[in-house]
Amino acid sequence: MTTDSHAVHTDAGDHGHDVHGGAAHGSLKSYLIGFGLSVVLTAVPFWLVMTGAITDKAITALIVLVLAAIQIVVHMVYFLHMNTRSENGWTMMAMIFTVVMVVIALTGSLWVMHHLNVNMMPVHDMSQMP
Amino acid sequence: MTVAAAPAQNAEPIFHVIDEHAHPEGASTMLGFWIYLMSDCLIFAMLFATYGVLGGNYAAGPAPKDLFDLKLVALNTTMLLLSSITYGFAMLTMEKSKLGATQFWLAVTGLFGLAFLGIELTEFHHMIHEGATPQRSAFLSSFFTLVGTHGLHVTFGLVWLVTLMVQSARYGLTAANRRRLMCLSMFWHFLDVVWIGVFTFVYLLGVLR
Repeated sequence: MTTDSHAVHTDAGDHGHDVHGGAAHGSLKSYLIGFGLSVVLTAVPFWLVMTGAITDKAITALIVLVLAAIQIVVHMVYFLHMNTRSENGWTMMAMIFTVVMVVIALTGSLWVMHHLNVNMMPVHDMSQMP
Repeated sequence: MTVAAAPAQNAEPIFHVIDEHAHPEGASTMLGFWIYLMSDCLIFAMLFATYGVLGGNYAAGPAPKDLFDLKLVALNTTMLLLSSITYGFAMLTMEKSKLGATQFWLAVTGLFGLAFLGIELTEFHHMIHEGATPQRSAFLSSFFTLVGTHGLHVTFGLVWLVTLMVQSARYGLTAANRRRLMCLSMFWHFLDVVWIGVFTFVYLLGVLR
């Protein structure tokens, strides 16, 4: 009876983690895939900017930003093991909320301050002078 | 009959489950730590926004093009990326309960982290030596605040890493130590994610501008 109840207890203890949907773990393969992708996604933007391979700066900036966004997702998936199941989806909910806050704060600040700068700029239009 | 019913009527009605369901120790630590990381993410978002607004105000002082050495930044990024993968190896060996290997990979991670900090401090020292101090312009104030805050995080991560190495050496890979190492793992990888933002927005786009 005692061994039986003990077995049940350890069984519950082992599976309690899964029931609660605990943190996900990575494998050697997933870490190496993430590392390989990160190396490429880091090397390419540095190479683009340091050599000036693309003469149009706007296009280079756009590529660099897109690669950074991809690398952030790669890190989230392969290193931080983000998925929709861990902690019953609450980590994902917390992250979505944070991303929304970050996007509002960043775009809001840059947008408002850019317009402030534009409107506060002294107008050097001599034809308008009295 | 009435006597038996009287206590039931007088008893306070209960509208919730009295029995607390099981909360194994540390079950909510990971989610809690994740929420801490998300709040830290908001701090960095504010610093990025500040840098985005002030980053172009040089006050006739040095601009990113004059100050940043991309080769040094590339080396620094490599250090942090390597420390991320070695921490991953530490977690994999921890899951196999190999204390020696875990300690080895943690030590390697710490050395890469130290190298990162050393290179960053060299860069700061060089800039300040050239007169590009935080007081020089709004661009430099926001630059040192953003990159310095990240560097401070790495510093505290290293202190935490050494603490956990001592803990693991003393008490072994107990459940509590595993949980702590997993928290530090999230912290460390999170710092690498923030660094992606730093080298992209501050260094690469700064030199490009």
